[in-house]
Amino acid sequence: MASALVPDAPVLEVRGLTVEYETAAGPVRAVDDFDLDVLPGEFVGVVGESGCGKSTMLFGIAQLLSPPARISAGSVSFRGRDLVTMTAKELSATRWRDLSVVMQSAMNALNPVTQLGKQFEDTMRAHGERSGEVIQQRSVEVLQLVGIDPVHLKSYPHQLSGGMRQRAMIAMALLFTPDLVIMDEPTSALDVVAQRSLMVQIKELQQRLGFAVVFVTHDMSLVSHFSDRLVVMYAAQAVEIGPTRAVFDNPGHPYTRGLLDAFPSIRGPRVPLTGIPGSPPNLLNPPVGCRFAPRCPHRFELCDAPPPLYEAPGSLAACHLHAPAVAEVSR
Amino acid sequence: MTQAAPAERAGGVAGAPLIEARGLTRHFKVGGAIARKTLHAVDDVNFTIGDREIVALVGESGSGKSTVARLLARVYTPTAGEIYYQGKPLSGFRSRRDLLAYRSDVPMVFQDPFASLNPAYRVSHGILRGLALHRPDIPRKERRAEAERIVARLGLDAAGDVLDRFPYELSGGQRQRIGFAQALAYRPKLIVADEPVSMLDVSVRIGLLNLMAKLRDEQGVSLLYITHDIASARYVADRVMVMYAGHIVETGPVEDVLQAPKHPYTQLLVDAVPDPRAPLSVGPSSDRGEPPRVVDPTPGCRFRWRCPLAVETCSRITPELVELAPRHDAACHVAVAAAGRGNVAVRGDVAVRGA
Repeated sequence: MASALVPDAPVLEVRGLTVEYETAAGPVRAVDDFDLDVLPGEFVGVVGESGCGKSTMLFGIAQLLSPPARISAGSVSFRGRDLVTMTAKELSATRWRDLSVVMQSAMNALNPVTQLGKQFEDTMRAHGERSGEVIQQRSVEVLQLVGIDPVHLKSYPHQLSGGMRQRAMIAMALLFTPDLVIMDEPTSALDVVAQRSLMVQIKELQQRLGFAVVFVTHDMSLVSHFSDRLVVMYAAQAVEIGPTRAVFDNPGHPYTRGLLDAFPSIRGPRVPLTGIPGSPPNLLNPPVGCRFAPRCPHRFELCDAPPPLYEAPGSLAACHLHAPAVAEVSR
Repeated sequence: MTQAAPAERAGGVAGAPLIEARGLTRHFKVGGAIARKTLHAVDDVNFTIGDREIVALVGESGSGKSTVARLLARVYTPTAGEIYYQGKPLSGFRSRRDLLAYRSDVPMVFQDPFASLNPAYRVSHGILRGLALHRPDIPRKERRAEAERIVARLGLDAAGDVLDRFPYELSGGQRQRIGFAQALAYRPKLIVADEPVSMLDVSVRIGLLNLMAKLRDEQGVSLLYITHDIASARYVADRVMVMYAGHIVETGPVEDVLQAPKHPYTQLLVDAVPDPRAPLSVGPSSDRGEPPRVVDPTPGCRFRWRCPLAVETCSRITPELVELAPRHDAACHVAVAAAGRGNVAVRGDVAVRGA
């Protein structure tokens, strides 16, 4: 159940990652003591609402943070080497070749005044590829991989649809067969049909090429069919980690349960839903104990202390309801 | 609260639906002087919205759903066709008094609560302005109290306090409630809500959808809920209209349409909705979700390039909405033929394909 028991060495090991933003009112901890293991070829979904730190966490993994954000503690071990302590030169040798990133908005991530092929070429040259022939050949290959006609190497981003742009971004991330692709809400700007098609394609590519994916999204239902494991973040912390199906079928954390119950369903009976009352805490001054306690329907006296990740049925959940003594009583 | 019947204010026609669109069309000119083209954002659209009704208008980006909203709000004037408000054509509203009355009866709520509130003013500003402009019956001194009543009705705690805050001090959900408060201040008959929850977090979305239902049930307000999120449309709406490439392709009671979609596009949309409660049923789809062609479109069904059922007729004749089940219409030659309806030549064509 817990991934530490699996014999394969994880491709990515995040330990105690803590990211702070310097603000006039003091440091804001946007990612707080975050742990994550990603196995080779695994698809990990990270879900949470806006402001929960999920994108900051991704940027922290990829070492793309810029001031006022900084990593104040923790390590990000990628294939056994700590990215946090690497020099810029070492990083650029690893980045994109072994670890690539697909950004949220392809609209902004692609250069609007440069042809697609030229952007692919720049990327490959920046990471050490010199042969024009290899570059041309690989550019054609990756575009075909994502189902775009290679004639579009001569196209400008505005000539492509939103879905095609997002697929072109994924093609770019695959230029050097990476071991890990980090994706930050790549489908959020797309329509449902395009979104579904892209998810199916990402999953196919991932299974074919064997790279691991860390996929961040606010839409829990989106990853439900695609991720192997799910991490739920709330107020800068991971509150639940477990196999996707188990988390959906039997959420261990009241926040996860609340999120799931907030999705109206397209099938089945039309039932009144409630959502989660209140709003997430201000990270400048988070609650001392469980950060979800002020919104939690199950709050009890233990919640004044911060909960560790407990073993819950099917997952690990940071909720005192699963503290061995409490769980014993409720059984 | 007694509703000052806006029918009287605008002098409506008895028995007419609240809103009726007939042949509503809006084109835009695109391209330069040489390559002048016409973008058909909304083409020959007919619909009605009744009293106390939430109608969802769903479709993908570029389908024309926001253009319909703007036509209703008179941000755009139609290229052709007409909108009737309580039986009276909108084009006849020319005086400031008539327009003001219409705008107060049919306000809009916008998608982005971060951009639609003026950051330089306290949130009370927009509500009080609305009251001053559209509710002359309320004396200046009582406007503040009325604003507090409205805000409280929208489920914002400590109403007096919220009104004195600036938008940046509020969460997205609170801001969008203020957006609805501004609209509600006018005592509207119909609120046109263009993607009102798509920018909000999942956990607060439901609260706003519930609020919309509450406005319908308690205030008797109708809503046109424009969204690309079909599951939320199902949750809150009474009726649904599905738009594709400027046409309404299917319309009917929300459960009928979503549980038994007649139009292949609606089927595609329904199948694409991720449902965590269901096992993965759909295999890899060949449909990429490419946007439709609405610049200088040729006659015929605009979905035919993506349609798995398309027949020859679909590229010649633009399908029209036909009632296939009680109050449930679809604009699809194949669906119409399958129901044993429509014109014989088309049915023959469909039969040939099936043979």
